Amino acid sequence: MTTPETPPLLAVNNLEVVYHHTVQVLKGLSLSVPEGRIVALLGSNGAGKTTTLKAISGLLPLEDGAVEAGAVLYRGEDLSRLLPHQIARRGVFQVREGRHVFEELDVDENLRCATYARRGRGGVAEDVEKVYAYFPRLAQRRGSLAGHLSGGEQQMLAIGRALVARPDLMLLDEPSLGLSPLLVEEIFGIVRRINVEQGTTILLVEQNAAMALEVASYGYILESGKIVLDGPVERLKQDRDVQEFYLGRRGGQRKSYRDVKHYKRRKRWLS
Amino acid sequence: MDFLLQLVVSGVVTGGIYALIAIGFVVVYKATGVINFATGELMMIGAFFAWTAMTALHAPFVVALAVAAIGAAAVGALVERVVLRPLMGQRAISVIMVTIGLSSIFKGIAQIVWSGEYRSFPQIFPRRPILLGPVLLPSRHAYPFLIALAAIALLALLFRFTRTGVAMRATADDQATAFGMGIDVRRMFSFSWILAATTAALAGIVIGTIGGISPQLGAVGLRIFPVVILGGLDSIGGALVGGVVMGILENLAGGYLDPLLPGGGVKDVVPFAALVLILMVRPYGLFGTRDIERL
Repeated sequence: MTTPETPPLLAVNNLEVVYHHTVQVLKGLSLSVPEGRIVALLGSNGAGKTTTLKAISGLLPLEDGAVEAGAVLYRGEDLSRLLPHQIARRGVFQVREGRHVFEELDVDENLRCATYARRGRGGVAEDVEKVYAYFPRLAQRRGSLAGHLSGGEQQMLAIGRALVARPDLMLLDEPSLGLSPLLVEEIFGIVRRINVEQGTTILLVEQNAAMALEVASYGYILESGKIVLDGPVERLKQDRDVQEFYLGRRGGQRKSYRDVKHYKRRKRWLS
Repeated sequence: MDFLLQLVVSGVVTGGIYALIAIGFVVVYKATGVINFATGELMMIGAFFAWTAMTALHAPFVVALAVAAIGAAAVGALVERVVLRPLMGQRAISVIMVTIGLSSIFKGIAQIVWSGEYRSFPQIFPRRPILLGPVLLPSRHAYPFLIALAAIALLALLFRFTRTGVAMRATADDQATAFGMGIDVRRMFSFSWILAATTAALAGIVIGTIGGISPQLGAVGLRIFPVVILGGLDSIGGALVGGVVMGILENLAGGYLDPLLPGGGVKDVVPFAALVLILMVRPYGLFGTRDIERL
């Protein structure tokens, strides 16, 4: 475990991101991910979670987005001037929202594509077998086209690729999206195992806040491009607003719309 | 019956050669989303490389093939690096216009270097025709067909089994994700131009040995376009099937319809008529993917 004094593996400082030269999505976002931990980034639709991950992994320019100010420091190096494949080869690997498996490639080929992110060539076969050990269901389908897999299997494949890439920092974007509760449970179990067994640091973006706070040790809450709240998960889970608006709990009574408006007013104060 | 069989078999043979040319289009389109209208001119340049090696340097055919392949690969790499890479991220239509410009430039260069004269390759293949049962295949068609088939098989193996081939397919499938895998997408673009130029050079030589070469040889490239559309722009298997279908269609039309018309020339119209019909029914080609508009 790292002590608070050691510099974090990843530090995002006052990041501002603009799309198409006009739309500002991130407005001075800062967060840090210490080595060996799982850090959760929570927030509603359009808050800028995925944009944050893309700013780290270098995929922004492909969507006409740009980092206008701030820095993404990974092991002290600024990533924001690098191309995506260079970032991946430094050990930062993103599992994108919506899985993005190569549909026209089979499962094995999908996994082997991720070897481009590795440093050194050895041990690929072992790591592919490791993926099949984590996800036995994929092993049965190793010859099928990824496009023919079910949503859950595709998510397993997307995470499997990340395992083959052997990253130090895994950026996991909405792994629970569109999956049944049982599968979500399974996927999160494996995310935790990867963190413990492979020592992979994970920055996890999720809408399923309850699940994310279950596996993470620290959490950030992102609203309209800014961090509005952060802290260790134990504290976040106790927070009244988090309970109400992210965990959907509030002392048994149903919430009325007036309270939501009240919260919106308070939010404006916060940001 | 023998006449029909003869037409079909020689259709298959021409079709195999068409398929090779079509694959030149497909390789670049799949990887980069650009329709390379300079494919025909890359064929022409490649054919001239081989011709020069054989006539000026008296190299044997196999050596000439290698020279042309290497030369064409260099041209492909150069074009990608100098002309297309700076345009990366621009709209596909702008890049397509640039390839049309490139085709004129290549034609001009060929005029300057090799003059506009019509040249023919020295005798390469044995003259004896090949007999397949009742069907007679002239050797100048049969051997080029075999070369085309071998090249297509080689390409298919490359895409299926090599690490780079898999990475190229991944790039074609989803560029951003391929980038995220650590694949240098720009290098894959470069490879795809090199492959396309080499394939085109082979096709040019094959066509050149049949009918001779001149700077106008590239016009064949455009005549093959219906094959590419028929098979679907992004499918190598489609290019193969499209080539063979088109070859047979052309030959049947030429054999049966041409004698009925005073002017003839049905052979040249049929591919384009088929093209229009197919686009009306399946706008993405016989084997193409539906969402072909992605970039």
